[in-house]
Amino acid sequence: MAVIEIKQVAKSFGSFTALHSVDLTIADQEFMVLLGASGCGKTTLLRIIAGLETPTIGEVWIGGRRVDHLPPRERGIAMVFQNYAVFPHLTVFENIAFGLRMKKMDQAEVTRRVNRTAELMHIEQLLKRYSGELSGGQRQRVAVARALAMEPDVILMDEPLSNLDALLRLEMRAELKGVLAESNTTTIYVTHDQVEAMSLADRISVMNGGRIVQAANPVEVYRNPAARFVGSFIGNPPMNFLKAEPAGAGKWQVAGQVFDGPASAAAEFAIRPEDLHPAEAGLPAEVRVVEPLGPHTLVTASVAGQPFRAVLESNLLPAPGDVLHLAPVPDRIRWFDPATQSALR
Amino acid sequence: MPRLLPYLLLLPATAFLCLFFLYPFVQVAHDSVMRNGVYTLENFSRMAGHWKFSTAFWNTMLLAAVVVPIQLAMALTMASIVTKLQRGRSSILYIFAIPLGISDLAAGLIWLSVFEQSGFLNSWLVGLGIVDQPILLLGYQNTWVIFIAIVLAEVWRATAIMMVILVAGMGLIPKEYGEAADVFGATRWQKFRRVTLPMLKPSLQTALILRVILAFEVFAVVVALGGTQLPVLMSETYHWQFAMQERGVAAAFAMVILGVSVAFTILILRLLHVPKGARV
Ligand SMILES: Nc1ncnc2c1ncn2[C@@H]1O[C@H](COP(=O)(O)OP(=O)(O)OP(=O)(O)O)[C@@H](O)[C@H]1O
Ligand SMILES: [Mg+2]
Repeated sequence: MAVIEIKQVAKSFGSFTALHSVDLTIADQEFMVLLGASGCGKTTLLRIIAGLETPTIGEVWIGGRRVDHLPPRERGIAMVFQNYAVFPHLTVFENIAFGLRMKKMDQAEVTRRVNRTAELMHIEQLLKRYSGELSGGQRQRVAVARALAMEPDVILMDEPLSNLDALLRLEMRAELKGVLAESNTTTIYVTHDQVEAMSLADRISVMNGGRIVQAANPVEVYRNPAARFVGSFIGNPPMNFLKAEPAGAGKWQVAGQVFDGPASAAAEFAIRPEDLHPAEAGLPAEVRVVEPLGPHTLVTASVAGQPFRAVLESNLLPAPGDVLHLAPVPDRIRWFDPATQSALR
Repeated sequence: MPRLLPYLLLLPATAFLCLFFLYPFVQVAHDSVMRNGVYTLENFSRMAGHWKFSTAFWNTMLLAAVVVPIQLAMALTMASIVTKLQRGRSSILYIFAIPLGISDLAAGLIWLSVFEQSGFLNSWLVGLGIVDQPILLLGYQNTWVIFIAIVLAEVWRATAIMMVILVAGMGLIPKEYGEAADVFGATRWQKFRRVTLPMLKPSLQTALILRVILAFEVFAVVVALGGTQLPVLMSETYHWQFAMQERGVAAAFAMVILGVSVAFTILILRLLHVPKGARV
């Protein structure tokens, strides 16, 4: 049983604030993904949970125990480091076995666990090698195997698959999801890869500039971004945003079209590129670039002078300079407050 | 030509070494097997046959065997502490390094002023009323006091050199490995034993070789504190060379010191070998 509670944790390095009052609760056995741009504080948060960094203020609780004053080894965690930290003086076998040796586990069990996790990570043929004799991706898998072998209550993974080729990554992702679902582990997983985040997460926490902007299940994060940042960060290509002018109570005019919207003083219109289809009447989009991507066509255009992207069916191949009329799917339109940047309902 | 350039640049240093090191060395080696113009092993047999030889040999070994481990343990402890310091690290290094600037003879004399009959130790002992009058500590009746005094002086004098090397070595170990050890449940001792120490092997090699060789050459401190009470290989070499005017036997002693140093250097290199691929 390992619920992780992060209560108003902030972290400053000198005058620079890396985390501003983070509040987050991760349920027992939940798979939580931290997603955010480089430098937004993901690693810092993970290191605070692990006990490698002390929060400037705030509390960390694991399994109902306050742990922010405890050393890492008393927190019941295992971690995959962003820079692997695979010991150069030990073989792959001994690296994976490291945590088990510290616990003085008996040899038969050590061998069993090392072999099992090595097999899972497809590194069983490398067990006798030293880390200096491995590729970056192999080293990374050793780091993952070392954490899995601990069978911990909590596993913290900092971009554990970042260095693998697309195919292997896909495979490892499925393997990880499988083992972690079978075990009773609570997982916090940092990634830059949105597809990975979507496919693995029970919930995604989107971070920006040292804050958690939204923590919700993947569909919710994708469909109902809590803030403009979430919409612009998640999705490839990201959400489109257009200026809206008030046109009576709850009505907004966007690029000459009138839509039903929130009853607020100001609003910004947003729509995902795939929620558009060509129609008689719609947002007038002047096509700039057309990219046929196989299953779809990606059109980069400008609507009323603002950049705009649409993912259209592949049989549609407009030419640059054409004007398309793109109608948004009505229930997929989202509105944001231009002042606070948060979602309007 | 560029491929030859490095060798060309090394040439002056190499020539210097050959002239002032290799040549005298060959000379000494030659002297050790030459007596009255004929090649012979008699120098060695005279050396080995002398009643002081085995005492000197074993004294030297015993001193090294006591001093080096104490220094290693102390240097490791001090280096671990210094490495963890957030502030004031360089000032502390400077302070620890002060004894390094003192020659071994001066060190011997400093400790002599502690242990001699009119020294500090005696005046404290009298002052505290533990003894009635100053006692002769460094006399021939208790060579073990001389031995302890030498050990103290050597530890005081030459631990810092090991520590400085080990601090530099510890600084080269990326801190992520210590963090990984922490996360994977290592206690402080386990972290030191299973991560720091193995990753420190290259520096340990350097420090140990340097220290062990210097320990076999211990001389001025021994003479200052013990006179001839505690013969060691170096003091015997000196004795044969200058008092006995037996160049050949002195050369034989020098060869023994060299042999022991080389043997231990090889042993240390073997014991602390880092396999290829296992380097940081
Ligand atoms: N020890 C430190 N001293 C000073 N600043 C630091 C320190 N560690 C991190 N930072 C700063 O804190 C911010 C967050 O860093 P962090 O490593 O958590 O980012 P991240 O989200 O993991 O980024 P990435 O995706 O690139 O790994 C960065 O701006 C970084 O420069
Ligand atoms: Mg990071």
